[in-house]
Amino acid sequence: MNIHEYQAKEILAKFGVSIPKGGIAYSPENAKDRATELGGDLWVVKAQIHSGARGKAGGIIVCKNEQEVSEAANKLLGKTLVTHQTGPEGKTVQRVYVEEGTDIKKEFYLGLVFDRSTESIMVVASSEGGMSVEEIAEEKPESLIKTRIEAAVGMQSFQAREIAFALGLEAKAINRCAQAILGAYKAFSTSDATMVEINPLVLTGDDHVLALDCKMSFDDNALFRNPQLSELRDKSQEDPKETYAADRGLNYIPLDGDIGNIINGAGLAMASMDMIQLAGGQPANFLDVGGGATPEKFVKAFKLISGDPNVKVILINIFAGINRCDWVAQGIVDALAQIQIEQPLVIRLAGTNVDEGIKILKDSKIDYIEAFTLEDAANKAVKALKELG
Amino acid sequence: MAILITKESKIIVQGFTGKIGSFHAEEMMEYGTNVVGGVTPGKGGQKHLDRPVFNTVKEAVEETGADASILFVPPAFAADSAMEAADAGIKTLVAITDGIPAHDMIKVKRYMRRYKAEDRMTMVGPNCAGVISPGKCMLGIMPGHIYKEGNVGVIGRSGTLGYEAAQQMKDLDIGISTSVGIGGDPINGSAFKDHLAKFEKDDDTKVILMIGEIGGPQEAEAAEYAQSNCSKPIIAYIAGLTAPKGKRMGHAGAIVSAGGESAAEKVEILKEAGITIAKNPSVIGETVASVLKNLG
Repeated sequence: MNIHEYQAKEILAKFGVSIPKGGIAYSPENAKDRATELGGDLWVVKAQIHSGARGKAGGIIVCKNEQEVSEAANKLLGKTLVTHQTGPEGKTVQRVYVEEGTDIKKEFYLGLVFDRSTESIMVVASSEGGMSVEEIAEEKPESLIKTRIEAAVGMQSFQAREIAFALGLEAKAINRCAQAILGAYKAFSTSDATMVEINPLVLTGDDHVLALDCKMSFDDNALFRNPQLSELRDKSQEDPKETYAADRGLNYIPLDGDIGNIINGAGLAMASMDMIQLAGGQPANFLDVGGGATPEKFVKAFKLISGDPNVKVILINIFAGINRCDWVAQGIVDALAQIQIEQPLVIRLAGTNVDEGIKILKDSKIDYIEAFTLEDAANKAVKALKELG
Repeated sequence: MAILITKESKIIVQGFTGKIGSFHAEEMMEYGTNVVGGVTPGKGGQKHLDRPVFNTVKEAVEETGADASILFVPPAFAADSAMEAADAGIKTLVAITDGIPAHDMIKVKRYMRRYKAEDRMTMVGPNCAGVISPGKCMLGIMPGHIYKEGNVGVIGRSGTLGYEAAQQMKDLDIGISTSVGIGGDPINGSAFKDHLAKFEKDDDTKVILMIGEIGGPQEAEAAEYAQSNCSKPIIAYIAGLTAPKGKRMGHAGAIVSAGGESAAEKVEILKEAGITIAKNPSVIGETVASVLKNLG
């Protein structure tokens, strides 16, 4: 799960990381009020969407008076921003963050991630803030400082100090920077984060260290013990079809093709998508219906897939283990008694009780194309698509 | 021989009396697995499925001599149960549980390092279908009948795709020494290379099949390991050629987030290490057959 910049910064602040003062606004009037409350003579109005690189997309506007703040908010609210992280469809701005302007002396990069090869939390820092970590790795790889954290004892003060010194900070800012790094680590470890990225972390004109921007992602599997984080979820920033599917216990990702598919198991689903492409077609989605392929699950899956205007053919590939093919077949038949689908349907069943399953399908009145292997199923789906013209 | 589990393995079930634990314990017993008891804290002293129930894994091991365990404990408590198994002297643990927080798995991995390498438990999973040594022992939730006994060692991240491969091999009359499902999570109890090492030493295994997917460094690490440590031929299939970058494909660990993690890149890395690639998921069986044939 991802959250907004302003929410991530509030979490950082709780763990002792300094952030500029700011407030959230849902309307231009709101934004102007925030500016008045903050005072000063320089503000930044920042579009809140679940993406980095908002600056380049025009989502961050520097303002010199309250009228400009109001105008900036007016310009951003309701606008769809497209960045390299949002995909071509972009994300709609529904709230803006109004922040006091910061006198920046130097920008740094600070990221905390799970490192899958060392199976530990890795802190990555660089003196080249403002650029993405990919760009830093490409252009200034020598500036990257990587520190592995021992999970049993957590991050130690000396590690944070080492990073601060390596970033080239002067003596008076070392402790402030180390405190920010330790705070970010505490935020990461206590909220089951999978990523905390502060970019940039800045040194101000008066030698304070502030988190100017922050992105956080959390482990969905750990939300059960972080209920306060679940409340930060903003469904407007998620793909509505993915959210619809997730709320119904389906693992679904929409893609660009026209062959919709319903599969059990993530690996088999990926393999089936690959097979569709090799057969000359394009998958319209990834959909794992999971182990318990009940009629209810199939109804939900059919609704989702057949309702997609891009889907011209539907392919079902189920390898039944504990859930036997006869149950699966009955599930499909029962589901099709409840929901009408327009698209040609290719079904391949394999595994436990496959003969009984096929018999149920054949004895039913459902109109479908029978397939026997993974390859056969993909070929028949592509053929059915071509026959549609 | 096979790896991890044999006919002699004594199995306990953690989360024994729950609905899922009971169901699969019965399936395993029907397959011929020697289930000697189970653990459900607070239900010690009872009998379940005609086997004794213990309060702790330690007690179960002391009373039954169990050396392997299978975990059906809910995600919030699974890491604790895995560490309990490690501490009680269990040698092979299969964690079926899907949805264990990644931070918890890091702790489990760190905890297991308390023990000397030779005493250390091998954890398989979480979020996996388990381990089967066909004809000998099933420690998992797979349909046992699709696995034929034989000489191919299988290591895979996905459950149903592993079934698909087993069925393809069975249809070609190819058998399996042991099949290990390492699971779809970002942090696994054990990786491809851990099991490559075990299969290399196993006399029953002639060739090894790896079934990987997008995300994570495991396949590349296995390729590097195999190059200098494996004399047996290896075949690999990688799922997810059509998976878009940055999207999580069902498994918590199936996401391309760094260089070298896409299916195409993994295929290249494996090829360079001299591993035979099954070009598509429909020819996994055929590819294994041709490698076996060349072996004579």
